[in-house]
Amino acid sequence: MTITVAGTKKEIENGTTIAQLIELENVESPEYVTVSVNEEFATRDEFETLELNEGDEVEFLYFMGGGQR
Amino acid sequence: MRIEITRDDYNKILEYARQELPNEACGLIAGTDGDDGVRRIEKVYLLTNIDHSNEHFSIDPKEHIQSIKDMRSNGLKPLGNWHSHPESPSRPSEEDKRLAYDKDASYMILSLMDDNNPVLNSFHVEDGIVTKEELKQI
Repeated sequence: MTITVAGTKKEIENGTTIAQLIELENVESPEYVTVSVNEEFATRDEFETLELNEGDEVEFLYFMGGGQR
Repeated sequence: MRIEITRDDYNKILEYARQELPNEACGLIAGTDGDDGVRRIEKVYLLTNIDHSNEHFSIDPKEHIQSIKDMRSNGLKPLGNWHSHPESPSRPSEEDKRLAYDKDASYMILSLMDDNNPVLNSFHVEDGIVTKEELKQI
């Protein structure tokens, strides 16, 4: 099936989970990455179980935060 | 690393950060990494600090995604982020260092502690080690 990862169309196996996609894409520092599927954020608990579907749009984002103290 | 920002983009950041006082303001920077080793900021994004705090910021994740898509459609590369320090100097706090997960990013900090003399610096943070980048206004 075809999904879009960070703006690029990719062919993946049916039933691929977010965790598997992270591995396939060689995402750097995966422990710090947040993942959105169709602009909805997946919880870390869902990475192993949430299967992607045809046409899904996936983005990998590093959380951006901080503070003066 | 040398990084360039236009006066216009600098002013956009400054104006937005002042408008958001007393809270920290934040956003993203996008542009290009030139073959000459110069990182050029071509667009700044003024985003919502969902913490609405004067001592912490988190970029609104939905706006983050929209910004990334906008960069992509404009042929720009995500270069990093910026945030303001309303009451402290323009240097990464321990919290900033702890949360600097992207070693390819430039982390810009605008200090407003002296209202008459705002200071913007840019930093590279990797494994907790901070290096100041050479920031030039053009």
